[in-house]
Amino acid sequence: MHEASRGLSRRAALKLAAAAGLAGIVTVHPGRRVFAAADQSLDLAVERTRITIDGETSGAISIGGSIPAPTLRWREGQEVVVHVTNRLDEATSVHWHGLLLQGVMDGAPGFNGYRPIGPGETYTYRFKLRQAGTYWYHSHSASQEQEGMYGAIVIEPAGRDPVRTDRDYVVLLSDHTPEAPESVLRKLKVSEGYYNNGRRTLVDFFRDARRDGLGAAMDDRLAWGEMRMDATDLADVTGYRFLVNGKGPKDNWTALCDPGERVRLRVVNGSAMSIFDVRIPGLSMTVVAADGQNVVPVKVDEFRIGVGETYDVVVMPTGDKPFTFFAEPIDRTGFARATLASREGMEGEIPERRPRAILTMEDMAMAHGGMDHGSMDHRTMDPGSMDHGSMPGMDHGAMQGMDHGAAARPERAVGWADAGTPPGAKALSYADLKSFSKARDLREPSHEIEIQLTGMMSRYIWTLNGRKFDEGAAIRVAYGDRIRIRFVNTTMMAHPMHLHGMFVELENGQTDRMPRKHVVLVPPGQVTTVQLTADEPGEWPLHCHLLYHMASGMMTRFIVEPRTASL
Amino acid sequence: MTKTSLRTAALAAGSVLLALSAVPSRVAAQEHGGPGDADQAEQFHEEPPILSTLLVDRLEHRWRDGENSIDWEVQGWIGGDTNKVRLNAEGSKPVEGGVEEAEFQLLYSRMTSEFWDVQAGIRHDVRPRPQTTYGVVGFEGVAPYFFDVTAQLFVSEDGDFSARLEAEYDLLITQKLVLQPVAEVNVSAQRVRELHVGPGFNDVELGLRLRYEVVREFAPYIGVNWERKLGETADIARDHGEDPSDLSFVTGVRFWF
Ligand SMILES: [Cu+2]
Repeated sequence: MHEASRGLSRRAALKLAAAAGLAGIVTVHPGRRVFAAADQSLDLAVERTRITIDGETSGAISIGGSIPAPTLRWREGQEVVVHVTNRLDEATSVHWHGLLLQGVMDGAPGFNGYRPIGPGETYTYRFKLRQAGTYWYHSHSASQEQEGMYGAIVIEPAGRDPVRTDRDYVVLLSDHTPEAPESVLRKLKVSEGYYNNGRRTLVDFFRDARRDGLGAAMDDRLAWGEMRMDATDLADVTGYRFLVNGKGPKDNWTALCDPGERVRLRVVNGSAMSIFDVRIPGLSMTVVAADGQNVVPVKVDEFRIGVGETYDVVVMPTGDKPFTFFAEPIDRTGFARATLASREGMEGEIPERRPRAILTMEDMAMAHGGMDHGSMDHRTMDPGSMDHGSMPGMDHGAMQGMDHGAAARPERAVGWADAGTPPGAKALSYADLKSFSKARDLREPSHEIEIQLTGMMSRYIWTLNGRKFDEGAAIRVAYGDRIRIRFVNTTMMAHPMHLHGMFVELENGQTDRMPRKHVVLVPPGQVTTVQLTADEPGEWPLHCHLLYHMASGMMTRFIVEPRTASL
Repeated sequence: MTKTSLRTAALAAGSVLLALSAVPSRVAAQEHGGPGDADQAEQFHEEPPILSTLLVDRLEHRWRDGENSIDWEVQGWIGGDTNKVRLNAEGSKPVEGGVEEAEFQLLYSRMTSEFWDVQAGIRHDVRPRPQTTYGVVGFEGVAPYFFDVTAQLFVSEDGDFSARLEAEYDLLITQKLVLQPVAEVNVSAQRVRELHVGPGFNDVELGLRLRYEVVREFAPYIGVNWERKLGETADIARDHGEDPSDLSFVTGVRFWF
């Protein structure tokens, strides 16, 4: 574990940021391999290494000597110089996720003239920090991110931080597999259900038949069979160990804090494939930022975090006892765990595991809206109680008292959005997010772009508008335009859609305070809309942040074209 | 048509199809192109376009009243999402003795929809004698309710038409215990004396195998297999002193990599 990735007290963090701020840069060249004239710049080497998780060692790739990579603590307004040296025998790249910067510095190979860093080469990144908040960085080459190339970025605001806390920790969630990523993808391609060990069996069928009646259980199986789809298809890859700051559940990463202190946890989902439900039993969390951008504080008991998203929460542990930070992937194949305690070595209780959800026809709404699945009514939720059309993400709290009832809850969860949140508990919904500051651009979008999230699950082909990256046309918008993007998810999986270079504003019912995000988790069968001001010229990647979805084609080029003088 | 010219034609057709399969479907990429690096962006982010796999679906010992046998069925492919070259092989040999039946297929397979591939190519039967080469067209895929279906139409070098339909289903009893019913039926358009086949339905085969997936890639199994020759084909078998119906108990392994 690298020292810098541990939490720092607020004062120490400020000191560090101030020191780093002294790094003056004399020249700024947009080209590559520029000699850095700064005396204080950062060197990060990318190299093969081993990672030991809960006592088991496997191969990995590190940036800056550790997994996760060192937390970079910077300050808004500062000019940053990072030399990345590739000590692998393959090309690499480092992408600064969520940062506003010049295109060539974004680090996505093949975009904005950025070329991958060849073996033995050093690339110098140089950019000015135009924002504050929690972000992260990771490889954008092949599947190196899966092998450990990720780390957090914390940018202190230039002015006063509206969030006052005594402690400040990065909680970087990730998933690690001892398998080679290429082999994972090959298995998914050859046999899509390879990793699904929670498929519905004959044993399940008889159990369902006993509970729902034979006819209903049969109708349900026939409906899924007719579509040739699998109601248990929540996550593509299993066999993962789930990590907090590179530590497994047994290693138990611990955040030290004293009772009564206000602790800021900067939760980053740096996973390749895992969407988590996060909670700290016994503590409520106040969400203060989403994707690095401050939001009006909202108190929750749990939240779902998509791949690539970040949430900053403030918690206040009371009493001299340990609290367990618990993050379960939505397919419930394990958990990530950390502890908040006043001393190392303390351990809180591991909470009971939540049930794995079974998908419903509701989750298939876009793909099969016209089909008659009347027989399914007993297991779908009352659509009237939730506004799916305009509400991206659902309020888990509001789903209590649905027909599946509290009694059935411990046994099973119904529908993608059902996290198994206990009655009375509040789960964060996208609708709860309200930007802390007013939007700067209040224009109505002048045009709308529809992006269908598509795929052929059974063949493990993932596409946008039915086309793989190599087949699809780029999306072009004019510089300065205000546009709306409609993400129409026609698949039965959730896709965390990530746009580089800009923030999008999530249409979640807010008017002048729509939350600004760089990743939007689009639920299966739903439509999510965002607005954006195309004020960053360049050719930006727009892709699903599930690594193997991107690698299977779920990516496109989002081009913000300079406005040519109207002649 | 002569035997040789038909064989040549079949071979030529096969080579053309294979050549076609090698043409990358990346024309679209060039249309919107962009400056140098942009062309490479896809290859920086996407999976290697060519994958391959080999599945030994059945490698089994059959116990029956008469002579016990070893039977096999193997499928492999190499290619990308849309275009693949497939190799199928199946056959049978008595435990003691030489190979009685052995068939190989080399097919070009093209994805036409999420669940279906259209295939064309060549089949060559080493046994039974005389060796026969066929042209093959067919399709393979997943029908609603998860039935794996293969349907093939054959034209032999002598111009004889025949067809085969296969369907199988995986019924999960638990995550690792899978019951697999299989059905296959063969039809011939005409009598082919050398191959002991009559016109119409030649035979039907029903199998039921229970496998245990130790890991996904390796599963031993047990089962039963029942074959019945039909119509004139059955009569020909009887004339040769064979029992047109054949029940066997099987034990074997399924593995892939
Ligand atoms: Cu995706």
